[in-house]
Amino acid sequence: MSTAVETRTESAVDQPVRGHRIGRSFRNPALWIIQVLMAVASIFMALPFLWMLFSSVKPLDEIFQQPPKLLPQGMPWHWKWSNYTDAFDQASAGGAWWSSGFPLAFWNSFYIATLVTLGTLLTSSMAAYAFARIRFFGRGFWFMLFLATMMVPAQLTIIPLFIIMGQLKWVDTHLPLIVPPILFNAFGVFLLRQYVRGIPVELEEAAQIDGASRFRIFTQMILPLLKSPMVALGIFTFLGQWNNFFYPLIFLNSSDKFTLPLVVNQFKGAYSSNWTGIMAAATLSALPLLIVFIFAQRQIVEGIALSGSKT
Amino acid sequence: MTERPQADGEVVGVQPAAADAVTETLAVANKAKADLKLQQRVEQTAGETHRRALRKRRMRDNLHGYAFMAPQLVGLLAFMIGPLVFAIILAFMKWDGFGNRTFIGFGNFETVFQNEQYRKSALNTLWFTALQVPSLMVSAFLFALLLQRTGPMKNVYRTAFFAPQVTATVAVSVVWLWLLNPEISPLTAGLRKLGWAAPPDWLNDPTFVIPAVVLVSVWQGLGYQVVMFMAGLENVPSSMYEAASIDGASEVQKMFRITLPLISPTILFLSITSIIGSFQVFDYIYVFFDTTAPAYGRTIVYEIVQVAFREFNFGVGAALALLLFIALLLLTGLQLIAQKKWVFYTE
Repeated sequence: MSTAVETRTESAVDQPVRGHRIGRSFRNPALWIIQVLMAVASIFMALPFLWMLFSSVKPLDEIFQQPPKLLPQGMPWHWKWSNYTDAFDQASAGGAWWSSGFPLAFWNSFYIATLVTLGTLLTSSMAAYAFARIRFFGRGFWFMLFLATMMVPAQLTIIPLFIIMGQLKWVDTHLPLIVPPILFNAFGVFLLRQYVRGIPVELEEAAQIDGASRFRIFTQMILPLLKSPMVALGIFTFLGQWNNFFYPLIFLNSSDKFTLPLVVNQFKGAYSSNWTGIMAAATLSALPLLIVFIFAQRQIVEGIALSGSKT
Repeated sequence: MTERPQADGEVVGVQPAAADAVTETLAVANKAKADLKLQQRVEQTAGETHRRALRKRRMRDNLHGYAFMAPQLVGLLAFMIGPLVFAIILAFMKWDGFGNRTFIGFGNFETVFQNEQYRKSALNTLWFTALQVPSLMVSAFLFALLLQRTGPMKNVYRTAFFAPQVTATVAVSVVWLWLLNPEISPLTAGLRKLGWAAPPDWLNDPTFVIPAVVLVSVWQGLGYQVVMFMAGLENVPSSMYEAASIDGASEVQKMFRITLPLISPTILFLSITSIIGSFQVFDYIYVFFDTTAPAYGRTIVYEIVQVAFREFNFGVGAALALLLFIALLLLTGLQLIAQKKWVFYTE
């Protein structure tokens, strides 16, 4: 291993943290072993996905092949792409293909996740600004309360929530999935508050002298400066909502209200021996976010790392 | 802002509050400094007019504060505090959610503690946590250490590790339902090739159900922890390692004397959050088994969902959930107490 002193000669920008040596890495056998190890580990991490993808285009009889093979037989144009259209037909349960089953669930998931994300960003940033910059009566008390609720498991509040939603006649609508997460996100408030505290007070004071109101300061100065934590929080919120299983499972009954995870689970229950169809369904639910993730991975991963260091 | 500015010059301390043209301009500049410290000093030194202005400012701050807080405060009360109080009351009631409700004291808790299956499910949950949290954290830490040294390939590996994290648990579970099915599983075939003559029928073998769920959840949870550990490792100043190298410290010494102490806050954060998460394991089991999970594969949250939303016995469900909450509070509290012994804060 090269010593840390050597790394000082590398440029400060390219230098990886702890001085681990891009330029030198190819001469050092220990680092080659690490590369091989990580490559193998990455392949193992990716294998279940590859299995899902390739299995989704296998003919049904191929799945009982021993030993199992990753790739379907034949060339890609011989693969059984019709598993997807079959899965669409089966999940639509008689309705038009575009207004039921997967496309409908896709739309449900998409619009719920989008609304919740936008709403959460608005309400969390407002509360974060108040906690960070406005001295109002009871601020410390409310803040402690917000922090303390992060400990409460969702399973404890879901029973009363279910009863409350029943009284409101909100069960089996999308409202219980939209309204509570928009109006309450302790993590989001806490995360953004940490960032607002990092913005120099002088900026705000200068704006106050110029006669800007609180509202204007918030919308025209604070919000633009919160862009990167808001993007991170937005991504977490969207991901969490898109993939959420627990709340939709409790609150939704009719299949035309279902979100993607529920439809996939229902499909699994209804066609339990149709393994290739199930893989097609799983692919349909996983692929959009995987593609987004591959393109936006830097923002997502760095946002998560940032949120961790702020909390 | 109608407040009469208190001319508390930042350099010279308290100036007379006379309002001639010169001090007026000074005051305008100083108005900008009206933060907490100034307010407190104002309170001490100002005259009656300032006190009145201060009161006005406080009123306005209260108004603004609560206006900005309003949506989240409504949510906090309606969707967190309210339900929380309601849940605690429910735990002492017999109620199916529609008809009669009666207070039965600790009756629900008696039911819970006398139920053989709940005890088994609690043990399953503990067993899951005991297996999952250490294997997840240790492997994530090791992978983070290795990943740091991979230079330009780092992003590629990181993508592979993090991808399961952005995938719906349901999709992950159905894929693993296949991978854990011995008749068609490439995993079983692979293990046979490696010399394990009779790999288990994971989900139908009482010994292997929980380890199988651990395997899936570690696979899915690894990416997040790797990223967190990498962020922690990047905050360790490289000058420390350089100094240690000069002093002739070995890699092992660097690990135990520098790296681990300096990332101990990350370790604490991850151990608290992952214990909380592992106590709530549910999605995998529900997708694997639907409503008919075998006794050896059920967890506490699975029981809560079954008793509350299949049998509509809200009281027992709330009692179980309350016990889960208390267990989490105790565990987190213990970790926070124990941190004084081993967590090292640089600031």
